[in-house]
Amino acid sequence: MTHPRKRHVRLVVSLTLAVLLASGLIYTSFAASDPALTPSQLLARGRDGGNVQLTGTVVKRSITNHADGVVDFRLADRAGDGVSVPVVYSGSVPAAFATGRELIVTGRLHGGAFDAQPGSMITKCPSKYSAAPNGSA
Amino acid sequence: MAFAGHLVMVVALVVCLYGIGAALYGARHGRRDWVDSGRRSVYCLAVVLTLGMVILEVAFVRNDFSYTAVANTSSTTTPLLYRVAAMWSSQEGSLLLWVWLLSIWSSAAIYLTRNRLRDVVPYATSVLLGFGAFFTTLLVFLDSPFGQMSSVPTDGAGLDPLLRNPSMLIHPPMLYSGYTFFSIPFAFAVGALIVRRVDADWIRITRRFALASWMFLGIGILLGARWSYYELGWGGYWGWDPVENAALMPWLISTAFLHSVMIQEKRGMLKIWNASLVLGASTLAIVGTFLVRSGVLDSIHAFTGGGLGVPFVALIATMVAGSVYLVVTRREVLRSEHSLDSLFSREAAFLLNNIILVGLCFVIFWGTFFPLISQAVTGTSAKVGPPWFDRYTVPLALILVLLSGIGPVIAWRRATLANARRNFALPVAAAGAMAIAAYTVVPIGSSVPTVILFCCAMFVLASIGQEFWRGTRARRAMSSEAPPLALLSMVRRNRRRYGGYIVHTGIAVLFIGVAASSTFQHEQELSLQVGQSTHVGAYTMRYVKATSHVVNDPSHTGATLTLGAVLRVTRDGKYVATLRPAADYYPASSILSGQVVADLISGDAVQQVALKSSLRRDLWAAIKPLGTTLPSTGVQVPEESLVALGDTTILPSTPQEKQLEAAYIELGAIADAYRRNPPPASFTLISSPLVMWIWLGGLIVLLGGLTAIWPPPAARRGRIRARYFARVAQELGRA
Repeated sequence: MTHPRKRHVRLVVSLTLAVLLASGLIYTSFAASDPALTPSQLLARGRDGGNVQLTGTVVKRSITNHADGVVDFRLADRAGDGVSVPVVYSGSVPAAFATGRELIVTGRLHGGAFDAQPGSMITKCPSKYSAAPNGSA
Repeated sequence: MAFAGHLVMVVALVVCLYGIGAALYGARHGRRDWVDSGRRSVYCLAVVLTLGMVILEVAFVRNDFSYTAVANTSSTTTPLLYRVAAMWSSQEGSLLLWVWLLSIWSSAAIYLTRNRLRDVVPYATSVLLGFGAFFTTLLVFLDSPFGQMSSVPTDGAGLDPLLRNPSMLIHPPMLYSGYTFFSIPFAFAVGALIVRRVDADWIRITRRFALASWMFLGIGILLGARWSYYELGWGGYWGWDPVENAALMPWLISTAFLHSVMIQEKRGMLKIWNASLVLGASTLAIVGTFLVRSGVLDSIHAFTGGGLGVPFVALIATMVAGSVYLVVTRREVLRSEHSLDSLFSREAAFLLNNIILVGLCFVIFWGTFFPLISQAVTGTSAKVGPPWFDRYTVPLALILVLLSGIGPVIAWRRATLANARRNFALPVAAAGAMAIAAYTVVPIGSSVPTVILFCCAMFVLASIGQEFWRGTRARRAMSSEAPPLALLSMVRRNRRRYGGYIVHTGIAVLFIGVAASSTFQHEQELSLQVGQSTHVGAYTMRYVKATSHVVNDPSHTGATLTLGAVLRVTRDGKYVATLRPAADYYPASSILSGQVVADLISGDAVQQVALKSSLRRDLWAAIKPLGTTLPSTGVQVPEESLVALGDTTILPSTPQEKQLEAAYIELGAIADAYRRNPPPASFTLISSPLVMWIWLGGLIVLLGGLTAIWPPPAARRGRIRARYFARVAQELGRA
């Protein structure tokens, strides 16, 4: 059997280490995170500025492909109350990018349009369980 | 038939409730007949739910669109196999699959333990039936898979094209098997704690079930990773998405349990810890199911809520509260028999492994639920990205890989210097050789974490290779068998130990693949015209010609139009491979008069990725034909003028079938024009080294798991002998 005092020291040392690591983890998670907003929340915030993860649905008839590989489209809230944000995205879009798809892009609001970082677009997996149209699932 | 379906669900719920009552009554009053009746309820539940599955599957196969689930997720144009799989793409169908798998695996577990742990099994039975009752209640009262449409449509919405992949047939059932299997160790742990019996017999049974759930979930996770890499064009196999994380967390905890339970077995230590791990892993598996259903977190797996959040939160709260209560009130039985002798021992290595696995799980839990945490703390929901996850998980994973080489060879209780020298000389030398090679022969020196991982992996492979070599040599010295035979009989005699070693080998191989492919991947995204070429790493890819198909798409997913490309890949002027990526177009969910051609291809467009895999590298290509946007839908199609022309030449007054026929002829013209005079197309081209090692590592892990789980020959002999003695006793009793 180990000496009780030694065990006590071990316990204190390992607990201190665990607490230190956990606080590092918690600190960095707050420092490294981007706010996740919907188009209406982004517009309500109003100001240009820091990076944001924007989640929304691609609005019908809003996709325009430019020859230089830039894609313009509008993102609306999932609930769909008509509010939408214009998004400018350069680079190749994922396979599932299409009208009506939900997607997440990271970028920042810049002069009224959302300037998305290249390669930041994630389309949602379609294994989606949506509620029935009348809301009664 | 829908009424029959409803009835079956109600019967299933009644069976669950009866079984719980019978098993508990039998246990309380020592009535064996009631306990047996409770056990038979589990079998009965499996039969009843199988009937429910058959009724629903028949509806899918027969295109019975009077069912809401069929109308929403299947269609006449969906190929048969995908109609079968469409069942579990709907929320209600997937819940039925969940509870059906639960009933099947529970029946297997209850059958295997019918003559063992007589005091624990009744409680385990009622816990399993409790889960069954929870899910059948959801199916009866909240989300019936047999719901009917108010008016029957002529065709359904069709299975989402992105799900039309062979993985859809196997990935969800595997993942769900993993999740449901976790209920079994949970049930046995609860039963054992209730009757205060956490002895060797309990460990033997729980460990085997935990290993099975660990294996199923592992296969499910890997299949999901492979699917997202191959089909979905997300360009990677892992993205730290909440739903991926949800599956990984219980897997990590059960990995920890499978290790620490050995310490309980050998030394009678860590009993509270082990009980907590079993209970925690199962609770996390339900948390995973909850994440998938509730839409509480924004995931790329986008489950837009279905009103099932509240019942799941209640279930999770019950599981957590019950687990804590049981562990706290039974802490006397769970007291350790020994304490740690030395920090240089197998116990300490296992303990460190456990701390790291639980730490990994905590990191992932924190990152996954961070949107909710930050919402609660700061008022705005915020997310952490993959770099944050990588920062913590990469170093932890490195230590884990290293430990998987140390654990198997370090001595129990206290390792001496001589022991360390004997066991670690070769592995350390192998790791050293790898480090030298990394900066001279193999060009990986530019990434330090990759070099460290390769060295750790070599360390593991060498230490396990050495164990196999020593074992075989010892066996040969005793039995003078030929080396392969000696190896085989050595593994057969000690399946758990060598099965574990094989799993460690697989993990090392898997991590080599992950490290190499995530660090040394080359990716190009660009638009090419026929005849143009580009460089991707050391490879040259040339767009040779355009291809097109109408209706008969090469991947058999039921696409109406397929536009693709032939790419010729060369390296230093030598031919390497031909890649044929394609984009599939599907019909819109409803066809409008006067837009037949447009609507035949204006549903979702899906990329069919072209992939050439080899042990050295993967060549991956996806295409998106650049055309114009259909103004009616915003969907990309080539040659808009042709589509519009097609629609104007088909008169809206002609009967619908004629219109469709004419539209398909026009589609042929579009396909032809695309082939002859292709517009530029946008390509994503990737060359990634050693990706196949990930899947290969997974297969080795599976092989190791199967080796460990297979009953040893002695146990089978014992069972036969026991059956024989039982027969003799019966005959004697009769005589």
